[in-house]
Amino acid sequence: MTTATKESLRTVKGRPQLFTSYAREMSIFNTRVKRNWVIVAIIAMAIIPFFLTRDWVALLTTVLIFAIGGIGLNILTGYAGQVSLGQAFFMGVGAYTAAVLGGEAQGKVIGLGLDMIIWLPLAGLVPALVAFVLAPLAARVRGLYLAILTLGLVFIGEHIFKEAKPITGGAGVGRAPAEPVFLGFNLFSNQTILGYRIDRFTVFYVACLVIFLVMAFGARNFVRSRFGRNFAAVRDRDVAAEVMGVSLLRTKTLAFTVSSFYAGISGALLSIVIGRISPETWNIFLSIDFLAVVFIGGLATISGSIMGAVFVVMLPKLVNTLTGFIPGFGGIGEGGLLNVFELQTIIFGLLIILFLILEPRGLYGLWLRLRNYFKAWPFSY
Amino acid sequence: MTDLIESLVRGLGLGGLYAVLGVSFVIVYRATGVINFATPALMILGAFFTGSFGNAIGLPFWLSVLLGMAVMAIIGMVIERIALRPMVGRPAFSAATVTVGVFIILLIVAGRLIGSELLTVNDPFGLNTVDVLGARLFTVDIARLVIALVAIGIVGLFLTRSRTGLAMRATAFDQETSLAQGINVGRMFGLSWGIAAAMAALAGALLTAGSSGVETTVALVALKALPVIILGGLDSIKGSVIAGLIIGIAESLTRTYQPIYAPWLGANFDVIVPYLIMIIVLMVRPYGLYGTKEVVRV
Repeated sequence: MTTATKESLRTVKGRPQLFTSYAREMSIFNTRVKRNWVIVAIIAMAIIPFFLTRDWVALLTTVLIFAIGGIGLNILTGYAGQVSLGQAFFMGVGAYTAAVLGGEAQGKVIGLGLDMIIWLPLAGLVPALVAFVLAPLAARVRGLYLAILTLGLVFIGEHIFKEAKPITGGAGVGRAPAEPVFLGFNLFSNQTILGYRIDRFTVFYVACLVIFLVMAFGARNFVRSRFGRNFAAVRDRDVAAEVMGVSLLRTKTLAFTVSSFYAGISGALLSIVIGRISPETWNIFLSIDFLAVVFIGGLATISGSIMGAVFVVMLPKLVNTLTGFIPGFGGIGEGGLLNVFELQTIIFGLLIILFLILEPRGLYGLWLRLRNYFKAWPFSY
Repeated sequence: MTDLIESLVRGLGLGGLYAVLGVSFVIVYRATGVINFATPALMILGAFFTGSFGNAIGLPFWLSVLLGMAVMAIIGMVIERIALRPMVGRPAFSAATVTVGVFIILLIVAGRLIGSELLTVNDPFGLNTVDVLGARLFTVDIARLVIALVAIGIVGLFLTRSRTGLAMRATAFDQETSLAQGINVGRMFGLSWGIAAAMAALAGALLTAGSSGVETTVALVALKALPVIILGGLDSIKGSVIAGLIIGIAESLTRTYQPIYAPWLGANFDVIVPYLIMIIVLMVRPYGLYGTKEVVRV
């Protein structure tokens, strides 16, 4: 960076939107307000679990994990424009990689019991490698063909998971996930710090938060790089991108690989929260959940994926609470109009449809509208 | 030898079923450029209506199938009007995601309607068999193939011979030009969804015939029509018939011979054979046997 651009990186007081250089505009925190609010949000996320009950903390942990997987899918679907229904498959590969390397051997099930510092990166790298091998195939097809191809992958993957009994425990049986022991420190055990007793779920939440922040900032940084611009070019018009010298094969391979890395990490962490993983976990409905995270949250925004994850994970809890007040709904059996699970699923489906029809930019779009309303207030019409 | 004949006929029956589902996908794809992921749920819902007409009102099988198809055609048109029409002009994958939303809603609705009681479609075939060359063939497999071919034939005739069919083909070819020629393009979209939903309902009735009852768990069988349309070509009805039969036979032969010759592939390997075929096709010939090769321009 030359001195001239360094000079232009300074902000002008009272003019947050005045960018005097491209580097300034493209930086992660291009306004001071954004930076401050992100810091506040991170501090809030770090403090909040200490005031909540155990099941809420577990739910928030799931939110973080879904956000990681959602960001991964958003890199592929939102930024590079390749719709994939195969997220569940790559999550499964990640979870089983982690379980084999970091889990304990039980009976015929393999488990090496290695440290998290080994299994966590590999839980991302092995799915990424699988995706890299499959990518030339995926790069040949576009749009909906890729969705169908990855759908097939989920079914084939489910079959392999069911049959590879030494790795997965087999259908209906399952196996224990990896042990989150990081450099000898168990991240899923009760701790006592300065006389305070900290629940194991809270400890694991904090660990997931750290991983999530690294992954989220990594993704945000990645998509504003040269590769991110290549993705956008391929998404907007692949033929034009190729004419401009962007290699389609290389770009799609990269998007597919990076996305699967995120999926793998997400799958490995999710398996720990679930507690025991069976091959049926990684089915088409999990993929649909992640598609919902991306589409409800907003395509091609990292913060949108986080909002989407909050929404998708919290929705069942919300519906569960609300149904207590509405007659005709609720209960878990056959009685009433719909039970809680059915109501959740229907609302989930409706929201996917409504967001796509009414606000294609998703929750992020709603946030933009809200922000612009107050920005222009009192002349917001 | 009898093994071979039996599994070939079972494969043809299965293939007829896949062909009907494939046609359902192809019709929606040709008209709107969208893969209809709601098809599995439409199929189950169709089976439910067929079963209800058969059991609750006591109509004969043929009539209840036709009524079930009619009801589903209306439901299909309503879905298109509410959920898909606003997506016209948006990226195809957004519209396809809308159909995923429709899928999970309809699947829950169907599960709720069916409830916990056993609901058969009251078919006359049951587990009856006929002996041909010493092989015991299920009549339901033969019926599946015949009914499927007749239904697809009628759809094909409608598309090629009737005025409305011509309008539908014109819409599939070029929407703007069709509009300029006075075709109500929106109505053609609705009509194609109606036909697709009716075909899905027929597939549901055929799938449930000869089985113990309607279940939502078999819905994902309909997704095996995706390998069929990939093999046959996304926009070809002829392709989906031939590909449906090929994939049905391949699956059935695998079911008969894989446990004997390749047991290491695991139980129920036949279920994923269509997807493996699909991956090979995508590698070798991405636009399928009869599909139109995509022409891209900037």
